[in-house]
Amino acid sequence: MPNKTFFWFFLPTGLAMVLFIGLPIISTGVQSFYAQHDQVVKEVKKCDPFGCTVSIVVDNEETTKIREAKPLGKFNGFGTYVDRNHLATEEIKKFWNETETFGEFVDQVTNLPFYKALIFTLTYCIFVTPNVLLLGFIIALSLNAISRKIRGPLIFGTILPMIVTPLVGSLVLFWMIDSQGIIGANIQNLMNDPYLSLKSSKTLTWITIIIYGIWHHSPFAFVVFYAALQTVPQEPIEAAIIDGASRFQRIKHIVLPHIYPVVTFVALISLMDNFRVFEPIIGFSAEGSAQSLSWLIYDNLVNEEVILFGSAAATSMMTIIGIAILLAPVLVRTWKEFKTAR
Amino acid sequence: MRKILVTLLFLLFGTSAYADCNIKSGSINILANDFPALRTFVETSKQCKGSADFKVTHSSEHNKIAVPALTANPSEFSARIAANSSIVPLMNQDLIRPLDDLVKKYGKGIQDSQLITIDGKVMAVAFMANTQHLYYREDVLKDLGIAVPKTYEEVVAASEKIRASGKMQYPYAAAYKAGWNLAEEFVNMYIGHGGEFFKSGSAKPNVNNAKGVATLNMLKKLSELSNPDYLTHDSEAIKVEWESGNVALMTLWASRSGTLLDDEGDPNITKATKLTGPATVGGGNIPAATLWWDGFTLAKNRSDADAEATFRALAHAASNKKMVADAADQAVWLVEGFVPGPKSIGVIEAVKMGAKPYPMLPQMGLMHGALGSEIVEFLQGKESAEQALKDVEAAYTSKAKEQGFL
Repeated sequence: MPNKTFFWFFLPTGLAMVLFIGLPIISTGVQSFYAQHDQVVKEVKKCDPFGCTVSIVVDNEETTKIREAKPLGKFNGFGTYVDRNHLATEEIKKFWNETETFGEFVDQVTNLPFYKALIFTLTYCIFVTPNVLLLGFIIALSLNAISRKIRGPLIFGTILPMIVTPLVGSLVLFWMIDSQGIIGANIQNLMNDPYLSLKSSKTLTWITIIIYGIWHHSPFAFVVFYAALQTVPQEPIEAAIIDGASRFQRIKHIVLPHIYPVVTFVALISLMDNFRVFEPIIGFSAEGSAQSLSWLIYDNLVNEEVILFGSAAATSMMTIIGIAILLAPVLVRTWKEFKTAR
Repeated sequence: MRKILVTLLFLLFGTSAYADCNIKSGSINILANDFPALRTFVETSKQCKGSADFKVTHSSEHNKIAVPALTANPSEFSARIAANSSIVPLMNQDLIRPLDDLVKKYGKGIQDSQLITIDGKVMAVAFMANTQHLYYREDVLKDLGIAVPKTYEEVVAASEKIRASGKMQYPYAAAYKAGWNLAEEFVNMYIGHGGEFFKSGSAKPNVNNAKGVATLNMLKKLSELSNPDYLTHDSEAIKVEWESGNVALMTLWASRSGTLLDDEGDPNITKATKLTGPATVGGGNIPAATLWWDGFTLAKNRSDADAEATFRALAHAASNKKMVADAADQAVWLVEGFVPGPKSIGVIEAVKMGAKPYPMLPQMGLMHGALGSEIVEFLQGKESAEQALKDVEAAYTSKAKEQGFL
């Protein structure tokens, strides 16, 4: 495609991307450097049906004046980024000096909200992404091998987890693992421990969410792999069969190299999706045991009665950076391949 | 001809039914929490909407939408049914209007005690009171010869006895869902211990002390007597537990008693369900509970005409003797003419015992939020009470700094 044609072809998408993705990210970035103005409070008398007390309120007149002068808030630089609820640089320094063993240090650091969330998010990515790729590939291979007559309904059944809304899917599982639900009650019987609860144990909650993640994301990998498998040329495979190659050898030496770019693509997308894990935490009411970076943003924006825009913006920016770091190896590799291909 | 007749009939009917309000224009849009008493209240105000537009959103997620929806200009809602805690963010952001003029003009039936005044200005009109108190199963306690508990220590002892008897595995329930609900339980218990959340005269946190530790230890004891899934249980979930007969002692909102004691569910359980005042804790004499009011506030960013229409409709309900007589079971109404019935025992006892109202401080929401997420690991046995409280203070401090309170 000539460059000019490409430019005009891409222009609408590009514009939309700048407008709906680029600008909001820039605005979020700017916001993350600002904190609220110092609150001007005053003592007033408050009366309600239970009596009167003298207590403080925000002085709205003064606040409005300050806000009009500086609508963005108080410039805070990287203040929000390094405070305890984010990177917590000072706390980490303190822990390093105060703790005696490395284990204790790690315990202290992982007790900080941002690192707690980061660890869950990374654990989720590390377990879900490869399993999704593997499971998706195995399902695609098996479905590709069976009779065409029953393939249609089977494919539909397989992509069902992806069609079901994440919240609904996780709620169904949530009810099943309830201590009185079908899975929860059976596990209690099996382990002979009436106090065992999948929802109250942190480890079990993590495992549940990870299994749910694999179940939910595999169909996506499957669909893409299945499509890619349709493009694998039959001649080399037939030749390999004549040469006596086993099924495993054929997959390893012919099929996989052929669909390799697609594997990279699926890995990229799943990594990105998994890093933003959010719905299952809400669906499983797992806020107590598992927090992800996306959940932190949500928490700052809606769970408090006071909205923390600066905190939410800082966490958003760090999530973007996190995704960029995670994707860097894959992207670098793709870029190199692209260059050699030319 | 027929058309005219219908119109005439409609007019006649209309004027006779809505004679007391006679609202001619404006649009009314209400945001409210979702429980039966509020539905009744809003329905009552709808009766006098006249020719004004009338819309209502009942949602248990009301806290999450209130500030953004009222910040818009014109705001999405003309009124917000708020409580002690949820009025604070609206005040902080200057999103609600003083009601003095409207009260003077249209608030004939509203009692003075219903007015929430801040700095001499009426900011809300309260219509019901609420608190969390004890519910117990009379049959279970009688069978085992247990007296109705008056303190949380007795609740623990009673629950242990019930568990030992083999009647129930998890005899106690309270809304311990991580987040807002759990923090609310901490607030109650901490106030019961006589704790103050902030160092006097400042926004500096003050929970990491002996009272805080005692509070956490009591919460932990109670959680061990609850269903192991307690960290995912909100008020609705424990209500279901109760109705399934799994629980004999429960701390729950007074406003839920209506649905708990209705005709749905096992009649034997309903019959044996009794209410009593909130418990005290740690030898204290004020109950480990907070008093709440629910009242209506009007959005600032809405036209005066809408505010007037909305006020008139809501004031109609907030002074409606018929409503409080018909729905006496649903809430402890603060409206004139309310005769407290057996279902109001919890709130009335709480007031008699000198329960404190939920602290209406600008920074309290941040403290509540920090409590909701930081004490979970203590309950799970993953960290000490002191560490959890230290975390609460640290989390609160950095949020309060960002928000400009410190």
